[in-house]
Amino acid sequence: MCGIVGLFIKNPALESQLGALVAPMLAEMTERGPDSAGIAIYRDPHESGCKISVLAQNSSFDWNALEVAIKEFFSLKKIVVVHNQAVLFVDSEINKVQDWLYNNYSELSVISAGTSIEIFKGKGNPLDFIEKFDIKGMSGTHALGHTRMATESAITTEHSHPFSTGQDLCLVHNGSLSNHNRLRETLRRRGVHFKTDNDTEVAAGYLSWRLSEGDDLDQALNHAIDDLDGFYTFAIGTKDGFAVMRDPIGCKPAIMAETDDWAAMASEYRAIATLPGAENARIWEPEPTQIYSWKRS
Amino acid sequence: MTEINLDTSSVRSLNVKLQGAASGDNFNVSNTGGKHAVSVGLTTAINVGINGHVGYYCAGMNQQANITIKGNAGPGLAENMMSGKVHVTGNASQYAGATAHGGLLVIEGDASSRCGISMKGVSIVIGGNIGHMSAFMAQSGCLVVCGNAGDALGDSIYEARLYVRGKVASLGTDCIEKEMRAEHKEQLEELLKQSGMSHNVDEFRRYGSARKLYNFDIDQVDAY
Repeated sequence: MCGIVGLFIKNPALESQLGALVAPMLAEMTERGPDSAGIAIYRDPHESGCKISVLAQNSSFDWNALEVAIKEFFSLKKIVVVHNQAVLFVDSEINKVQDWLYNNYSELSVISAGTSIEIFKGKGNPLDFIEKFDIKGMSGTHALGHTRMATESAITTEHSHPFSTGQDLCLVHNGSLSNHNRLRETLRRRGVHFKTDNDTEVAAGYLSWRLSEGDDLDQALNHAIDDLDGFYTFAIGTKDGFAVMRDPIGCKPAIMAETDDWAAMASEYRAIATLPGAENARIWEPEPTQIYSWKRS
Repeated sequence: MTEINLDTSSVRSLNVKLQGAASGDNFNVSNTGGKHAVSVGLTTAINVGINGHVGYYCAGMNQQANITIKGNAGPGLAENMMSGKVHVTGNASQYAGATAHGGLLVIEGDASSRCGISMKGVSIVIGGNIGHMSAFMAQSGCLVVCGNAGDALGDSIYEARLYVRGKVASLGTDCIEKEMRAEHKEQLEELLKQSGMSHNVDEFRRYGSARKLYNFDIDQVDAY
């Protein structure tokens, strides 16, 4: 099953409440995905360098030692540790920092990279995740969330959504892909790294590869319609907003809503019903293969 | 009129109340918040007004009851309805009226994909457009679309009648356009009237089964 939510704030006065607004949406999707949850939140742009979200496989990971080590090579502005995850604010080139982490800290996974994006995810009940990571206290411009009911690969934090698809980009998915094993091998030969056997990670890797080949997001998604076989409602977070696309069969649900204050998407209306003014929002169901996107102008 | 607020009352207690009501009783349901299975399995001629949007499977298996939803409905609206009337003022999601045997389903806005899939005698009237694969394997009943129909309308259809006022993106296998005779215009006129919609019946086209899939074609034997 799985549940997806997305919220884009149009009225800047509400940015301080982004987490407080998106947490009940995510909580409402618990029944659709009780195995794990995750969120991508766009906030505090670090334009002088980059922000990198990392996940430690072991909860006893020594973040202080990482801080000391990283400072020997890079200009680390700040490190924010939340449980077994951290967001690094570094005034250095993004690829260099990522490569250094990859080569020196095999026990860490980079789960997002960019200037605004932060990703948090965790195995277990979404309601616990919301409390543990204090999602309600987060401010920002837009967020995507996911609750997972695993159907095709293991339940671990690394298998949880959102998946990074490039700088300030991420993907959440409701559905399942049937050609992900072969596509993963094809993409590996083209230099895309994968950490799990999860189907959505392949879709994320596919979009990263198309974008690195020069596609814009709309072109990459249109190519995905041809190359991905399976069921999907995708929500893709970008630096300035997010996009939504359903597969040609349109099996997996999605609903969208918009008011003067916000634009939202969710697997079901009941997640949107938690937002202020939802009852008078413009509401519609996205058409299969059409790309719907919001972004800051 | 009995008021039921779904902020304070569970969906199960609502359904128990509605299922136990006497013919002619009136109910008003508020704060639906997209909840699932609101007002299902009713068997008596009661009137239920639902104020707000509902989630999956609203009005499923309805018999005799008259249910009005002021808002949008999620997937599986009025699934397997037997009789009575279900009226939605907004839009409905996938497979509205699926497998329904009888009664009248009215959706003032758009219906999504697979509307009336395997319908078995229900009348469905859509004020707006319908999505792809609607009336797939439709066996009996009528589907009226005042707007446009999506791809593969009436694929593998048996004997249902499809009336479409706007464009049909494509017809499914064995579904063809048919002549609009006086009896069809009369039926359509009556359905539009019952649904509170006013369109000129001459603007509609009729589609139905070519009946070529009824019997096995020996020329296809090599395919198996």
